[in-house]
Amino acid sequence: MLDVAKIRQDFPVLERRVNGKPLIYLDNAATSQKPACVIDSLASYYREYNANIHRGLHTLSEEATSAYEETREKVREFIGAAESRSIVFTRNTTEAINLIAYSWGRANILAGDEIVLSAMEHHSNLVPWQLLAAERDARLVYLELTADGQIDMELAARLISTKTKLVAVTMMSNVLGTVTPVSELARLAHNQGALILVDGAQGVPHMPTSVARMDCDFLVFSLHKMLGPTGVGVLWARPEILEAMPPFLSGGDMISSVWRDRVKFNELPWRFEAGTPNIADVIASSAAIDYLRTLGMENVRAHEIEMAKYALAGLQEIPGVTVYGPQDATARGAVISFNFSEVHPHDIGQILNDGGIAIRAGHHCCQPLMRDLKVAGTARASFYVYNTKEEVDAFLDALKEADKVMGHVACR
Amino acid sequence: MSLADDLYRETILDHYHHPRNSGTIEHPTVRTEGVNPLCGDEITLYMTVDNDAISDIKLDAHGCSINMASGSMMSEAVKGQSLEHAQEVVRTFKEMMLGPSPDVFLPEELEDLEALQGVRKYPVRIKCALLPWNTLLEAIEKARAGSKIP
Repeated sequence: MLDVAKIRQDFPVLERRVNGKPLIYLDNAATSQKPACVIDSLASYYREYNANIHRGLHTLSEEATSAYEETREKVREFIGAAESRSIVFTRNTTEAINLIAYSWGRANILAGDEIVLSAMEHHSNLVPWQLLAAERDARLVYLELTADGQIDMELAARLISTKTKLVAVTMMSNVLGTVTPVSELARLAHNQGALILVDGAQGVPHMPTSVARMDCDFLVFSLHKMLGPTGVGVLWARPEILEAMPPFLSGGDMISSVWRDRVKFNELPWRFEAGTPNIADVIASSAAIDYLRTLGMENVRAHEIEMAKYALAGLQEIPGVTVYGPQDATARGAVISFNFSEVHPHDIGQILNDGGIAIRAGHHCCQPLMRDLKVAGTARASFYVYNTKEEVDAFLDALKEADKVMGHVACR
Repeated sequence: MSLADDLYRETILDHYHHPRNSGTIEHPTVRTEGVNPLCGDEITLYMTVDNDAISDIKLDAHGCSINMASGSMMSEAVKGQSLEHAQEVVRTFKEMMLGPSPDVFLPEELEDLEALQGVRKYPVRIKCALLPWNTLLEAIEKARAGSKIP
């Protein structure tokens, strides 16, 4: 189990007060807070060895290059990948998916092909495929959800067919919290000769991840949701797939030789990292990964199941609260979307902020899912390693207060 | 007085729980839609215009309390008014919400709108309050453009 009291001391922002109350940060699915070691790492790069990478012969450049490449190695270990050359740094998850859609997608998706998505995908794992499908006259096929927000696997077995070129699914829904049976979907995809992309933006920060165990072909995620800085995304792909992909962005650093009329591209992974990358934030990501590894991802997962269980039980006791997604805490992450009677999510968010509690309200970049749920939006509380049961209690009390402020809508 | 009390005043909650002029018009002169993609507020505005005046207005709105209350108050403020006067009311309201000072002179018939002044302290919510008004402006323009068609 996690020593949460000790963990909290590592996060300077948790000392903050908002509207006179101690900050209770429950918007971790949007972005996580950062421990002091990550913040210090950023500052120390800029103070001590700020230099461009992969080209300088001087000490600072060598230090920066080696720290940058060390993060790649740490990411490799963290996701159980075999080779660090198949790890590409991007700006974020969205850019990683776009890279795949533009490079692999435009080289491989033809008219009549099908791209299979789940009905709970984030816009970032939907819109790039929509654009590609429109351009190529391909078709999007959606895996519908069961009543408790899980992928209907019987339907999946029927819908994933020889026409399927790619299955692109979330590892964990940012709305419903649903943990997707990725390896089963991978089996269905591979049996039909299709590839599978896993959107790990919510999954990788919150549970042990192994690309080998998932048996996926692409994995994408962002460091800022896992204690790291903003501006660092990761694309992992099987090296043989990445090797065959045409470049996405072109220019400096992604080349090995350039003539007036032709170019020879750099080897993996740098072929996909054109221009000066986000050096400082990639380097500071190492500190975030080290921090999580020290906690142990099994322990992180166990803590979050505990938090989800406690929060779900508390929410069920409040009349008028509807929780979306699996009710079983072990089938989901600690991201809980809900509505409260007729109180609009925006009003809930506002009133909770009065009590120093940060949650998210809105469509969570999942408008098609919102339509399926027949709601305009939801309120969403999402937990991480530094959240406590006391914070859950404060959150539940504030919810009841919100009902009072809005004129007892739930209790009428 | 807590922050929330300042925002969720009685007048606002009254309009939120009992929105005026809520519903649809079967054969309106114009119909316009507005959405706030940030939070999913949606509004459809129906307006009947006779002799350059708003003889009827109905709002079919789904949104937060600020959005709903603002629309409800707006419908009361402009119903029966000339298009020109309605436009002036919109201008006054936007001045109150976005201008340098909230102390904008409100004529007696617009006094309810003062309750929305508290929204100024919450920049993200100003959009919620403005959505019905911007939708109305579009409706007025549409009505004017339509009337020019012989």
